Amino acid sequence: MTILPLGKRTRRWIAALGLAACGVSAAPAEPAADAVAVHVLNRLGYGPAPGELDHVRQIGVDRYIEEQLHPERMPLPASLQRQLDALGSTRLSQRDLIEQYRHAAQAARNDGEQGRAERRALDQRIALESGQARLLRAIRSPRQLQEVMVEFWFNHFNVYRGKGLDRVLIENYEREAIRPYAMGRFRDLLGATAHHPAMLFYLDNWLSSAPGYQATRAGGPLAKANGLNENYARELMELHTLGVDGGYTQRDVTELARILTGWTFDPRARRVDAASASAFAFDARRHDPGDKAWLGQHVAARAAAEGEWALDVLAAHPATAHHLAYELAQAFVDDAPPPALVDRLARRFLDTDGSIAAVLKTLFDSAEFRDPGARGAKFKTPYQYVVSSVRAADLPVANVRPLLATLTQLGMPLYGCQTPDGYHNTEQAWLNPDAMTRRIHFATALASGRLPLARPMDDADVGAAADTAMSPDADNGAAARLPAAWASAPVDVDAMLALLGPTLSARTRAAVAHAEPSLRAALVLGSPDFMHH
Amino acid sequence: MLRRHVLQSAAAFGAGWLPVGPRAWAAVGATARAAQRRLVVVFLRGAVDGLSVVVPYSEPAYYRARSSIALGRPGADGGVLDLDGRFGLHPALASLLPAWQSGRLAFVHASGSPDTTRSHFDAQDYMESATPGRKATPDGWLNRLLGVLPPPPGGRAGPTRAVSVGPVLPRICAGRQPVANIASGSGATKPTALDRPRVADAFDALYAGDDKMAQAYRASQQAHREMIDTLRGDAPDPDMQAANNGASLPSGFADDAARLARLMRNDARVQLAFMAVGGWDTHANQGAASGALAGRLQPLGQGLAALATGLGPVFDETTVIVMSEFGRTVHQNGNGGTDHGHGNAMWLLGGRVAGGQVHGRWPGLDASALYEGRDLAITTDFRQVLAEVCERHLDLRDAQLAEVFPDAGAIVAQRLGVLRA
Repeated sequence: MTILPLGKRTRRWIAALGLAACGVSAAPAEPAADAVAVHVLNRLGYGPAPGELDHVRQIGVDRYIEEQLHPERMPLPASLQRQLDALGSTRLSQRDLIEQYRHAAQAARNDGEQGRAERRALDQRIALESGQARLLRAIRSPRQLQEVMVEFWFNHFNVYRGKGLDRVLIENYEREAIRPYAMGRFRDLLGATAHHPAMLFYLDNWLSSAPGYQATRAGGPLAKANGLNENYARELMELHTLGVDGGYTQRDVTELARILTGWTFDPRARRVDAASASAFAFDARRHDPGDKAWLGQHVAARAAAEGEWALDVLAAHPATAHHLAYELAQAFVDDAPPPALVDRLARRFLDTDGSIAAVLKTLFDSAEFRDPGARGAKFKTPYQYVVSSVRAADLPVANVRPLLATLTQLGMPLYGCQTPDGYHNTEQAWLNPDAMTRRIHFATALASGRLPLARPMDDADVGAAADTAMSPDADNGAAARLPAAWASAPVDVDAMLALLGPTLSARTRAAVAHAEPSLRAALVLGSPDFMHH
Repeated sequence: MLRRHVLQSAAAFGAGWLPVGPRAWAAVGATARAAQRRLVVVFLRGAVDGLSVVVPYSEPAYYRARSSIALGRPGADGGVLDLDGRFGLHPALASLLPAWQSGRLAFVHASGSPDTTRSHFDAQDYMESATPGRKATPDGWLNRLLGVLPPPPGGRAGPTRAVSVGPVLPRICAGRQPVANIASGSGATKPTALDRPRVADAFDALYAGDDKMAQAYRASQQAHREMIDTLRGDAPDPDMQAANNGASLPSGFADDAARLARLMRNDARVQLAFMAVGGWDTHANQGAASGALAGRLQPLGQGLAALATGLGPVFDETTVIVMSEFGRTVHQNGNGGTDHGHGNAMWLLGGRVAGGQVHGRWPGLDASALYEGRDLAITTDFRQVLAEVCERHLDLRDAQLAEVFPDAGAIVAQRLGVLRA
């Protein structure tokens, strides 16, 4: 069997045919302009939502892009802010979180089943609240580009929720190390991740010490930390900055690890320093006091300043500029990004001292981004698919648990990428047979209003309710058992067609027109067109 | 031995290298026979510490390099399980010892990729494309292998001839041939909305084309139906229950391995399978007889044992290859862990494996023998092992081997004898 991919050109042709020949619903007044607006909403954000498409129509694409590049000027809706304010763990400091984790771990060791239950409750509360904070913003925040960039950088500087202490630190990491810098200077972002205990713990640098260092502290988690660990130093160059082909050697990895010895955090959160929210610590005793030779340069010993200097060098390196430019062009334009665009973005990065917003503006202004061939050329990741579905369906969300469960089933659990390369955003990573079935299953449940998204979040049984709602018999008996207030009304297919019109092919429109009314919205969300953006 | 010589001597006898004996396939043509053989590849992502799996306990240098994480000699408390007087098996893999003793488990030590990268992601990519050093290769070797397999008895191959377990399709399966993937865990056999005929009819119309997504949609529907037919209501295999002492299976991998075994045993259409297990990147506190690495190895061993038991008679015609992107440093690091290294051990399980042996040339752990002064050297290219299995187990010919392993050149002409003649 050979695979004949449906090319961009063919898709465009079919789309044009669909608009001309098929009158399933009212075609938008200005299909060409709407196609551009939908493209921008698809790439700068998580797809069209009813109010937002109107907003772009009103102010025009260029002004919309300008707005998105300045999220600080846009307030969050009061109702979203209230939902976010209700998430207590999203205000805790690094020290509080480390302290709570230690307390729960101790209880789990000493207090038997009750202690273990306490620890599970902490894990679950933080997992749910961090998921709720991330997804509610992605679905409802008008600062869509900021949300896209938070996700982008989180994957770039990935940390895995499943590793020990990072269970509790993951949301703080995103809040303090990623979000504030997502459109700022790359050096600030790099520095924030390098100092955050979630990263230091995940890639083991918190243990890394000068070769031959003898730990003096009796007991404690750092007692066995008697030498070098090159895990973070390697990924810092390979994934975070230079890229795997950035021209460094194994020697450079080891030397950078020596430079970063002593970059750790206080695992007992003992040194109470009310003025500092950070648990980062530079432990001079663990730092390798010798000179180093790194990336062809002699590095004279000067304690923590060596590491800061190394981050300066990495952030300003042309290989870093190229690596980041490639990743951005791949995320925003095409799985195989045009080399000329990558070069332009890399130059812009170097010319602006690593200003992320400046690089993004160049990207959004580029002919490659605006080319009609770029529209719908990317296959959505599970995250993009789930978030954009809820936005297009215009459903109120009080509770993201059914969405978190869906992301796990689709192979993209939130904060659950175990390896430091983060989730990829290419078709090759996500298009597979099982994904088709599961996306359609989700689309069918969502479109019929069966997901208990409106159920209050503190209801402990909501997970079970989500399972029931996702079962294939749900539209017979089980749906009736869901209290009406928890389910949603079935999605209005005409509103959705008005929103997504320019992106739907003739085949999709025909299939929707011929289907029984209760399945029409599911077909739109489960269509090949909606799985692209 | 060079394969050319085998070919010549085989031609001289005019019979190919058919096994002669009670299980000989004398009456079956080579093509039909190969079509009944199975291959399972298990990839350990994150670089498992091969020196803790197949432990060179007879080398003093091993103990010098690993003051707190070395495993004891056979007979010591928490010591290794002796394999051949030179090497010992990690005690957490005791569930695999019977396979070794019955000649169905072998290792190829000091094997790996000739590419020097210590990046997990590049190294995995190269092992899955089987073109080390070349990133532009669009497909994975398992997909290319699927493309050159002789047609199954009865004609056209369906989309479940190759199956990957998990929610995404890995690089090794990427390419022109359709490969089905099945969910990990119990989700594999749960009904979905598409099991309702009216929903299926509506989406069938939407995905009636011949593009990539329509093909994925149809492959998914067919694989799902086969899974349901084969596994739904299927009581857990009594052999498996016995193998696990009646206890529930210990981990996701063992559970998935048991399910895959049932599928392959009951459905002859499934010929190639892939699974991946993560969590081997033990930079800190990896432990020895117990600890983090032992805690990962134990369910892996139990899962592989469950796979062998669950395949039942099909195990005789199955080869399981366990591989990882590279090994880890010979010396432990400052945190009781190991960093990224070079050479590793490949594992081979199955009824046709020349088992009970550690294959390959062992370069030793003396300082002068180490790769870049720190890592186990590589004396066997991983493609040599794969090619040998493809040739001897699945009856691939020279031209087909060249398609599956395009850059390997003379490497695939060399033979270690990892399968029984």
